[in-house]
Amino acid sequence: MSSETSMRRVTAIRNGTVIDHIPAGQALRVLKLLNITDQTAVPVSLVMNVPSKKMGAKDIVKVEDRELTQAELDRLALVASEASVAIIRAYSVAEKLHINLGEELNNVVRCTFSNCITQNSREPLPHRLVILSKDPLQLRCHYCGTPQNIDQLINNVL
Amino acid sequence: MAGLITMDDLSNEEIISILDDAERLLPVAKGDLYLPLLQGKILGNLFFEPSTRTRMSFETAMKRLGGDVVNLGDVKTSSVVKGETLFDTIQMVDGYTDIIAMRHPRQGAARYAQDAAQVPILNGGDGAGHHPTQTMLDLFTIRQSHGKLENLKVVLAGDLRYGRTVHSLSHALIRFGCEIVLASPDLLRMPKEIVEDLVAHGAKVTETTDLYGNLDSADVVYMTRIQKERFADEDEYVKVAGAYKLDASHLDGCKSEMIVMHPLPRVDEIHPSVDVTRHAKYFEQAFNGVVARMALLCRLLGVTVPEKVGGEA
Ligand SMILES: [Zn+2]
Repeated sequence: MSSETSMRRVTAIRNGTVIDHIPAGQALRVLKLLNITDQTAVPVSLVMNVPSKKMGAKDIVKVEDRELTQAELDRLALVASEASVAIIRAYSVAEKLHINLGEELNNVVRCTFSNCITQNSREPLPHRLVILSKDPLQLRCHYCGTPQNIDQLINNVL
Repeated sequence: MAGLITMDDLSNEEIISILDDAERLLPVAKGDLYLPLLQGKILGNLFFEPSTRTRMSFETAMKRLGGDVVNLGDVKTSSVVKGETLFDTIQMVDGYTDIIAMRHPRQGAARYAQDAAQVPILNGGDGAGHHPTQTMLDLFTIRQSHGKLENLKVVLAGDLRYGRTVHSLSHALIRFGCEIVLASPDLLRMPKEIVEDLVAHGAKVTETTDLYGNLDSADVVYMTRIQKERFADEDEYVKVAGAYKLDASHLDGCKSEMIVMHPLPRVDEIHPSVDVTRHAKYFEQAFNGVVARMALLCRLLGVTVPEKVGGEA
């Protein structure tokens, strides 16, 4: 199946953001990372497990009437570092953005270590995970130094 | 100003230079000389879990140098129990003091406090994490006996799994090219990540259950306490822990300059018969906690220890 066909599984959007090439099965986590919840008012569509030449299978998320910022997109590095992101204006691609993992994830996820100082949710300083390596993704808590288990980390998205 | 949270905050050169300062401060630590280098400075002691030894030794170090100390007081009656965040506690103490020494049950608390504070933080233990002032006094004791830190053979024995003291110390020792022997029961082996990390840094590391067979070639034997609670039952504890006890007869074949260390308090892992041998260094080691912390307080407060302290100068 061509990429055209798979894109058409969801209607084209007029204005908003399309996140393509999400690893199959990660779309729900992408929503979580973008704080898209049952309280979100704008139309959101997603497809999961569509065939992809490049990836075998992939997920796609479209958020209408909202242009995601670079900072918001950078949070996706945790589950979809290779995703391609397009800002759509008047039905055409106005901008292509790349997920850009910086030096650390700031207030994106909480450290997985149960005795870390950041487990007290009332402590006001940001949750900080330092990036040791991007491929494979390796993270360490800035405070307690614990190396993070990425699978476990997904459940700790703030 | 930067504090001391882990040993990684210090370069090898800084470690040596602080140990040199500590050595010159010995007569001050002993009370033979009064040198009020820190007059007018206030140390905040924030101990969120009890540790009489470490707290007292910080307090003594500050007072020997003419400085003053304020204490958080009993955690049970302080604002912490009323649910105050560490951040808020630090904001308050930061305003009152020039430097903070702290111990906290949660790992990462010292780094967190440093991010919240203007004054330097001295980490006196955070959960199972770091305890760098203990490492500095251990290094001071080793250098005092051997005249150097480089290329020594150090046996770490007992509970290597939970003992944060031996974790920090082993990391520091390999920076000076020491060979490490890890002697522990299987149940209490050094965590795999730490051993891998030591090896990755090029260290010669041997893991063994045999303490006694490694005594004769050792320059330092660092004993730790094996806690009964770590074992399923009393019989198992008695059987296993018995192989990690030293008495004077074990030391017959040792190098004459070999030293026995222990972070104290000990229970029965070092028999009192060792106390009177030339090898016993654990009481001096405990005393060195004061002088090592004096040197660290001066360093973090930006106060230079004079090249010549007292004497005929
Ligand atoms: Zn942490």
